[in-house]
Formats: sequence, structure tokens, C-alpha cells
Amino acid sequence: MEISINGKFRQFDNENMTITALVVTLNLTGKRMAIEKNGEIVPRSQFSQTKLQDGDKLEIVGAVGGG
Amino acid sequence: MNEQLIIAGKSYHSRLLVGTGKYKDFTETRAAIDASGAQIVTVAIRRTNIGQTAGEPSLLEYLPPEEFTYLPNTAGCYSADEAVRTLRLARELLDGHKLAKLEVLGDPKTLYPNVIETIAAAKVLVKDGFDVMVYTSDDPIIAKQLEEIGCCAVMPLASLIGSGMGILNPWNLQIIIENAKIPVLVDAGVGCAGDAAIAMELGCDGVLMNTAIAAARDPVMMAGAMKKAIEAGRESYLAGRMPKKLYSASPSSPTSGMIS
Repeated sequence: MEISINGKFRQFDNENMTITALVVTLNLTGKRMAIEKNGEIVPRSQFSQTKLQDGDKLEIVGAVGGG
Repeated sequence: MNEQLIIAGKSYHSRLLVGTGKYKDFTETRAAIDASGAQIVTVAIRRTNIGQTAGEPSLLEYLPPEEFTYLPNTAGCYSADEAVRTLRLARELLDGHKLAKLEVLGDPKTLYPNVIETIAAAKVLVKDGFDVMVYTSDDPIIAKQLEEIGCCAVMPLASLIGSGMGILNPWNLQIIIENAKIPVLVDAGVGCAGDAAIAMELGCDGVLMNTAIAAARDPVMMAGAMKKAIEAGRESYLAGRMPKKLYSASPSSPTSGMIS
């Protein structure tokens, strides 16, 4: 399936992958982040129950230096 | 001096709020913030760098959220919708943290705020339970409206973001301060410690700055200078300055007992 992550399309073999599995795949385990799926925030507590589908659009954000 | 800045019910002994952008590296960021004595630090919310993040240091490791009060901002947002979306993500990112800095810009060249979009976003965010510290122009009417919407602090510019031009309209700031029942902080435009002191002497409750420290030749030394300027300006304001007059005919030394 194809998922858009931060504006870039990526291919994944694993259908019905959860957000937790995606986080592992992307090497982001343990990082502080917030995720929006198709414009809706997915609370961290729901990462393991939230399944991804072909065409989903994700935004994964963190805190960076700024004024 | 046991005199605190209170924002959204929380007390802070430092009246200097600092940004975390534009530093050489995180070590310098941390050193400058330590020297500034700031307790509230702004952060931006941006897309995580996918694929090259493993082992990369993060700002949060250098400025632990347990040690500082984070003030996530909406820098770079040009519409109310974008700003609201950004701060909702920030709240999720920071475990339900409600304090936020709202800024909605109107022009990428000058970074001048768009107050119409700012007001629209403030209404949504206040309703949504955020404690909104709002960046705005130095228009006293807009500042008052933002207070009436329920923002917890109003932050007019001294001059444009990153310009270092100092306080261009002290008279407007004075009107904003006089009318406000919430803290007024100067945000943007401060260039040197003297500017920060003037802002505090006008009666501002605090100053938020980033570039003035980060773009100084020695950011850590400038951070220390800003800390002192904020404290000196505050005390000068509280002490109450002598009135200005063209001349006084009242010398500081006694007029009697002169030799003849």
C-alpha cells in the first residue's frame, strides 16, 4: 500500500499496518512526536489500535528550535 | 526581588522569555538560555525528518520539558486554520500542555502579523481550552479585543520580527499597557539590552526575544545582558522615574554654606 508521510509517498508491503508498526519501520521508536492521519490527530494511546490504509495521509511532527 | 510574572495562573520569577531558534547548535542554545535565566522557551512544530533521525540529537534532550515551560508557537502560519491545527498537534506532542503562542503572519517579506486571522484563531483556541499568548501588532484596539476573547497574555511587536529595530512606537505600547488587565509582553524587534530595558520601563510585564540573543556576536554574553536589562528595567519602572523637565534650577548640592 501507498501512504503519504509528511508530503512524500512511501510504499509498504504490510497491509493493515498499525501506526505503532509504522513508527518502528521508520526508526522513530522512542521519539516524541504527534501524528495526524487524514487531518485528524491520533492520540499516542491509540497508535497500536490505529490501522493504516492505502492512500492515508500522515503528518508526523516534533518540536524544533524556533522563536 | 520577590515579584513574579503570572501567566495563566502560573508564577515565573523571570520576565524574559526566549526563543530556541537560530543558534549554532544545541549546546549554544542551552548555554544561552541558562545565561538568560528564562523559564519559558518557545519551540516550533515541524515535520519530523523521516529516515535520517536515528541517533540525531533533539532539542528536547537539551531543554527537558520538566525543566522549562514550553511555549509552542505557530511561526510560519499564514491562516487561522493552519495555526489552530499546529497548536492542536503541539498539545498532543507535549502531553496536553495548554500554554501556546499564537502568531499568524500576513506577509513573508516583513513577517507582519495578520490580525484578522489572529483574532479568528484566538477565538477557536480559547474555546478549545488553550492558554493563548498572542503575538500581534501594536494596535491598542486589537490588543484589547484579543484580551476580551480570553487570551492570557497579549504580545505586541516592538518592531518587525528579526529586525532588531527596537521599540518604534512606545506610545502605542503605553496605551496597550494602560488598557490591559492581562500581562503585556513585547515580542519581536528587540535588538539590544537597552531596548529590553526600555520595554520594561514602559511597564511591560515581560519581553520575548530570539534573534537579539541568537544573532549577537556572543549569544551567551548577550543572554546575560538581556537578563540584567530586564531586571533593571523592571526595577526602574517600579521605582518610578523622576519627572522630566527642561531645567530645574534645583542643584543636587546644597546652595547654602558656600564660601565667600
